[in-house]
Amino acid sequence: MKTFRKIATPTIAILIFLAFWEFIVWVNQWPNYKMASPSDLIPAYTKYWNLFLIYGWQTLWRTVVGLLVAVVFGTLIGMIMGFSRTMRDALYPLLVGFNAIPKATVVPVIALILIGQHDLNTVLIAFMISFFPISVAVSIGLSTLEPEYRDILRSLGASKWTIFWKIALPKTLPEFFGALKVAVTLAFIGTNLMEIVEPHGKGLGHLFDSGKINADYPLMFAVLIALAFLGILLYYIVVALEKIFAGWAERPQG
Amino acid sequence: MANLIDIKGVTHAYKTDNGPLPVLDDLNISVPEGDFCAVVGPSGCGKSTLTKLVAGLMKPDQGEVWLHGEKVTSPRSTVGMAFQNPVMLEWRTILQNVLLPLEIVPNKMTKKQKEERGRELLALVGLEGFEDKRPSELSGGMRQRASLCRAIVHKPDVLIMDEPFGALDAFTREDLWQTMHALRAEEPFTGVLITHDLRESVYLADEVIVLSGRPATTQHVENVKLDGRTDLEVIYTPEATEILHRLRHQIEIAQGRATDGEAA
Repeated sequence: MKTFRKIATPTIAILIFLAFWEFIVWVNQWPNYKMASPSDLIPAYTKYWNLFLIYGWQTLWRTVVGLLVAVVFGTLIGMIMGFSRTMRDALYPLLVGFNAIPKATVVPVIALILIGQHDLNTVLIAFMISFFPISVAVSIGLSTLEPEYRDILRSLGASKWTIFWKIALPKTLPEFFGALKVAVTLAFIGTNLMEIVEPHGKGLGHLFDSGKINADYPLMFAVLIALAFLGILLYYIVVALEKIFAGWAERPQG
Repeated sequence: MANLIDIKGVTHAYKTDNGPLPVLDDLNISVPEGDFCAVVGPSGCGKSTLTKLVAGLMKPDQGEVWLHGEKVTSPRSTVGMAFQNPVMLEWRTILQNVLLPLEIVPNKMTKKQKEERGRELLALVGLEGFEDKRPSELSGGMRQRASLCRAIVHKPDVLIMDEPFGALDAFTREDLWQTMHALRAEEPFTGVLITHDLRESVYLADEVIVLSGRPATTQHVENVKLDGRTDLEVIYTPEATEILHRLRHQIEIAQGRATDGEAA
């Protein structure tokens, strides 16, 4: 019953959203070049399903790889900033500045530097746009560790590594997963930026572009919905991982 | 009996932006093996610094700290610590929290022996049945009980407690005092209790050391002899009241509100 409710509630919400969307388009009598309705999308999916699979996979794996790099690099930077005050003071303005640069402007630069390396470029942008929240979360998690935690282990003669492994790392996991949820959606934005701003015939961004060129408006909307679907998929994978590794942080309700 | 803890002429100052801030000045404390020593003094007089020095977490500017005839230069596994804030690792069960020191201190215990030891201690402090609960499911008093178990699970020679009952309500505190006596009856450790509750110090300790205001030095040593009674009623006997009265007066001297010889 509990699992049923957990699945049914969001499913019903999505169905209500789709019905509302269909209704708005129908009431306003919008043509599909102005706003496609959900019923317009079904033919787009049935007609191009194999393209959705191929391009969807390209978008998905490049996003996931970018995200993984962001996790490794972001955690590393976060650790450096979390353990050293000097490094935190030194790196924060650099990171904030870097994050403030619109990535749409970085895309052509990267595409020019690493010309022809489409997969690498795409992964790079996905990584660049998504590592910042992870770094910040890890550094805050580590730097706000109560001194008593450290003293308990230190008074027993534990090494710095043991303190990190047994206390600092698990203690930071809830913050880390919170940031990872934000990073997931950011990474998708990064991948699609590269696919759309510097078209190279790969990914859902390319499918979106070809919809635009052929004035196939339902296809463009179908791509957006497919992206949303992938985003939700990856998000819930992160939620599942969070349950496994940081489920302890969730307090019983009521 | 030999002294287990010997603090000899310890002087320490913290570096601040406004120059050095002296907290301890030529402090001398000796605690015989098996004794329970309470340290009281005005707030901010350097009591917590004292715990860090004994635990080897800090080195004094001058003077020496000796444990078991050895000079303390770094943290040692023969020390157990409990703090006012009973920090628990929230991702572990209570039993796993209690067993944490055994993961760090070298020992020859099997996994089963460790678990048995943890369960025994938890039962001793009245936490039987809570072994597999998460810390977030326990009250403040229960967490402090578990934290005491963690502090002594590796059978340390010395148990250092920094205001362990300070954040608890009065009745819970009294319960924990009795738990403390129960632990002492079973576990052979030498205790150092930092507190600002005089009744607590008289009820639990064999000797109470009054520190002067900052920078702290040993101002007064009070030997507490209450015929080995461990019931709460003992606090209300004339003997205890008399000791409390003397201690109270010493604290006032430490605070600079009374002089020696003047009636409190």
